[in-house]
Amino acid sequence: MTTTAYAPARTVLRVEIRTAAGWHPVCDLGVLTPGRGVAALLPDGTQAAVFLGRTGDAYAIGNRDPFTGAYVLSRGLVGSAPSPQGSRPFVASPLLKQRFDLATGRCLDDDEVAVPAYQVRIAEVAA
Amino acid sequence: MAPTTTATTAHPPRTIVLVGHGMVGQRFLEALAEHRVTDSARVVVFCEEPRPAYDRMHLTSYFSGTTPDGLSVTPAGFMAEHGIELHVGDPAAAVDRAARTVTSAAGRTVAYDVLVLATGSYPFVPPVPGKDARGCFVYRTIEDVLAIEAYAQGATAGVVVGGGLLGLEAAGALKGLGLRTHIVEFAPRLMPVQVDEGGGAALRRTIGDLGLDVHTGVAGKEIRTDAAGAVAGMELSDGSAVAADLVVFSAGVRPRDGLAREAGLDVGERGGIAVDERCRTSDPAVYAIGECAQAADGRVYGLVAPGYEMAETAAAAIAAGPAPAPPAAPAAVAKTFTGADTSTKLKLLGVGVASFGDALGAADGCLDVVYSDSRAGLYKKLVVDRDGTLLGGVLVGDTDAYGVLRPLTGSVPPVPPEQLVLPPGAGAPAALGPAALPDDAVVCNCHNVTKAAVRGAVADHDCTTVREVEKCTRAGSGCGSCEKVLTALVNDELAARGVAVDTGLCRCFAHTRTELYEIVRVKRISSYVRLLDEHGREEARSGDGCEVCKPAVASILASLAPVIGADGYVLDGEQGALQDTNDHFLANLQRNGSYSVVPRVPGGEITPEKLIVLGEVARDFGLYTKITGGQRVDLFGARVDQLPAIWARLVDAGFESGHAYGKALRTVKSCVGSTWCRYGVQDSVRMAIDLELRYRGLRSPHKLKAAVSGCSRECAEAQSKDFGIIATAAGWNLYVCGNGGATPRHADLLAQDLADDELIRLVDRFLMFYIRTADRLERTSVWLERLEGGLGHLRDVVVGDSLGIAAELEEQMAAHVAHYRDEWAATLADPERLARFVSFVNAPGVPDPSVRFVPERDQVKPDLTLLSGPAIPVRGTLEGAPA
Ligand SMILES: Cc1cc2nc3c(=O)[nH]c(=O)nc-3n(C[C@H](O)[C@H](O)[C@H](O)COP(=O)(O)OP(=O)(O)OC[C@H]3O[C@@H](n4cnc5c(N)ncnc54)[C@H](O)[C@@H]3O)c2cc1C
Ligand code: SF4
Ligand code: FES
Repeated sequence: MTTTAYAPARTVLRVEIRTAAGWHPVCDLGVLTPGRGVAALLPDGTQAAVFLGRTGDAYAIGNRDPFTGAYVLSRGLVGSAPSPQGSRPFVASPLLKQRFDLATGRCLDDDEVAVPAYQVRIAEVAA
Repeated sequence: MAPTTTATTAHPPRTIVLVGHGMVGQRFLEALAEHRVTDSARVVVFCEEPRPAYDRMHLTSYFSGTTPDGLSVTPAGFMAEHGIELHVGDPAAAVDRAARTVTSAAGRTVAYDVLVLATGSYPFVPPVPGKDARGCFVYRTIEDVLAIEAYAQGATAGVVVGGGLLGLEAAGALKGLGLRTHIVEFAPRLMPVQVDEGGGAALRRTIGDLGLDVHTGVAGKEIRTDAAGAVAGMELSDGSAVAADLVVFSAGVRPRDGLAREAGLDVGERGGIAVDERCRTSDPAVYAIGECAQAADGRVYGLVAPGYEMAETAAAAIAAGPAPAPPAAPAAVAKTFTGADTSTKLKLLGVGVASFGDALGAADGCLDVVYSDSRAGLYKKLVVDRDGTLLGGVLVGDTDAYGVLRPLTGSVPPVPPEQLVLPPGAGAPAALGPAALPDDAVVCNCHNVTKAAVRGAVADHDCTTVREVEKCTRAGSGCGSCEKVLTALVNDELAARGVAVDTGLCRCFAHTRTELYEIVRVKRISSYVRLLDEHGREEARSGDGCEVCKPAVASILASLAPVIGADGYVLDGEQGALQDTNDHFLANLQRNGSYSVVPRVPGGEITPEKLIVLGEVARDFGLYTKITGGQRVDLFGARVDQLPAIWARLVDAGFESGHAYGKALRTVKSCVGSTWCRYGVQDSVRMAIDLELRYRGLRSPHKLKAAVSGCSRECAEAQSKDFGIIATAAGWNLYVCGNGGATPRHADLLAQDLADDELIRLVDRFLMFYIRTADRLERTSVWLERLEGGLGHLRDVVVGDSLGIAAELEEQMAAHVAHYRDEWAATLADPERLARFVSFVNAPGVPDPSVRFVPERDQVKPDLTLLSGPAIPVRGTLEGAPA
């Protein structure tokens, strides 16, 4: 996020998810707690789980836990796994604890499983 | 019939057609890929069922929540990666061996060089009149299970025909669906193929105790139907009849050899496509594998392990190309299949049953060693040879020894057989460990993995966990029955190799929970991030932590909050982000994403007014209610956005959080005691209420349960609790470290005839000492077993104050009591804390459409069909969302 010279006097930071139809606003950044997620409803009725990492980066993946079918990934705990490429944030499903990479949606405990991953951006908009 | 002559090239075939995509078919495809045959050959698969191969063995787990997708054994992308053409829902209809083509029901015709039949079995339905009525089912496919579940909605009773392995599984499923369940078995005992008479009797008793009606030695004679032609009941061969709305046939399976018969291939006398030791049929261009085949030993195997082995055998033969003149077969091709072990171990309706080797004692002159305890539902029999060679056995009720005994079959065990069947504590020596197994013993039967291979995975492939060994060798990835022995073996091997087993809490901390507790206490660290950045592993510092240490540290911070000056409210600031979802929403997450609510009912004493409020709240919010074992009421099916409104009503009526969601004190159960009971010697209810109010909200390494009984008759079952109190004429006896559940343990007597205040002081010290020294998720029973010096040491510390920490422990407890606040009242009082209780952050008023319910026995249950689809569209619900 950059602050432009002509930014409106009062702005807020808003989290947006990229869907097939374009960028979709989800909530104000201030609503998110680092290390926790929230669920968001997308225009086509699908559910996304939106997270904030410790350093303030936002992520979004599908909210449905593929192992149980329940829409609960947003309620899992966020962690990070050290890897050669640096530490990668994940969420652990609150039901059976499988972990999903927040950036790619890949399940870290089962190579064959993945959930959708969404692009997220934080936009500065007029309040 | 003259087999067509084989092709002359020694190259792998160009087109391979597989008919049947079941468990064995899929294993065959994987083996082809491993042999790299898929690199050059075209592989076409005809799959009759509407979905690719799935785990049929665990079909019953559908009823405990596994989705059809979760059962899949076909890795995503597998077909594409290997260029395999899979025709789902399109069965092969005919084989023309002369033209070497297969034609499918949808009209596809594919020419093959090699044809592999893996068509499995079909359930045998005995010819009883009425067998085709509405309400009759079989138990083999996901479609069967879906149909049974749907039909059972309106049903009250069911009959399972067949008391074998599958019949009992089906019966368990019906019982789980809430039906009164009958099992009808023609043989004089249950599981006649696997267990002997004694084992059958033990099984029958235990299953009868579970509330199933077992009818053995009778056959179903006729199915009664109602006017509409639906099942109404069944008449049995002994003249009796049972009422039932549905019937599940599970009377054995028959090989599906129809396609092969029509194509003129040889089949066995009692069915099954005849194959040789390379799994070739009477036409060398055609192979048959799995349950549809009759193996070279003349048997048809109804288990997956022999099927896998046949799949590997056939794939190896095909990879090697058409066999050259017999004797010159290269070593790599020499894999043959001539017969298999049919050992089984499973949990039926929660009862362990295992049989292996010559379980029925068929060998000449063999001897039995039997231990039987009908009270405990135990039956163990070993069959041995005169020289002591173990030939086989049957275990009912306790199958722990299976993992070691089965691989020992065929050898003389290192300890006498009678010691192998006696329960621990009955004069038996320590259980036989995997060290007793020879290197060539097969520890995982499903994937034919030997002890040597498991050791090799640790030694040569640097596996350090059971999971890694499983990935490396496949051991443990089939039925799972070898898990226990595998774990012991891997640990032994790691220890033997001097691999320091990392005792750290998780990937983030090299310290144990106890060490972290001390660090937090001494350094007065009140923030997780600080703890991680200062005391975490190097590579984890400044990261996000993980799902293991976050709740563990949250629990330590909560336990020590009064001492280190932190805020004890579990949802504030950083603390909120550490909690498991249950603690986060102060409710218990259930399988469909809804929550359950359990208000505290101290000592199980409740006024009629409060009971009415519980009923009214449940009714008004449409919640399912159930009485818990801890003497309170559990209200199920609340959406996250309903929790505040529900709790507003409950708090209003004087209820507090019951902490059913936390690793914390749950309940102190009590009997009515001396106030009402003619035997009672103390007021057990009063004591239970005092204790529950004192320790409510206390966060601990695991949940804590307690009970108080008013006399030695022990109606409150105090000896199965973490701390239990039994009244005596002179005061109270304190028992500690008991457990119910999966690994029951009788509590140990810590101190006798205590006065009220003495009792409370000892419990204070005991609990705080446990909280300080136990591992994460370690119940008191396990903690005591691990504690060096055991019960003696515990008594020294808690009663004798041998460490000089008693005063400190008491102080900590006093601080806990002084700082207690009801979490729900605190949450309701604060709009900011309430803000999180929405289903969707961008649509606060919109309920989660995936959380819905259907009726069941006058209440509701989760509608799980909503969870099986990839997504649930919602229309017109986004109005309330912020722009
Ligand atoms: C409830 C249950 C529990 C079980 N538990 C155990 C256990 O604990 N341990 C154990 O070892 N075994 C167990 N089994 C048995 C095990 O599932 C079978 O041994 C195994 O599935 C056999 O695999 P298969 O591939 O030979 O046959 P299947 O899995 O039956 O697959 C055959 C497939 O071929 C398809 N097919 C048939 N004809 C055609 C055609 N003409 N064209 C296309 N497709 C066709 C069928 O629809 C089917 O999908 C259990 C079975 C059940 C039903
Ligand atoms: S434990 Fe004793 S006092 Fe309590 S109900 Fe049973 S018999 Fe009565
Ligand atoms: S024996 Fe079945 S998985 Fe190992």
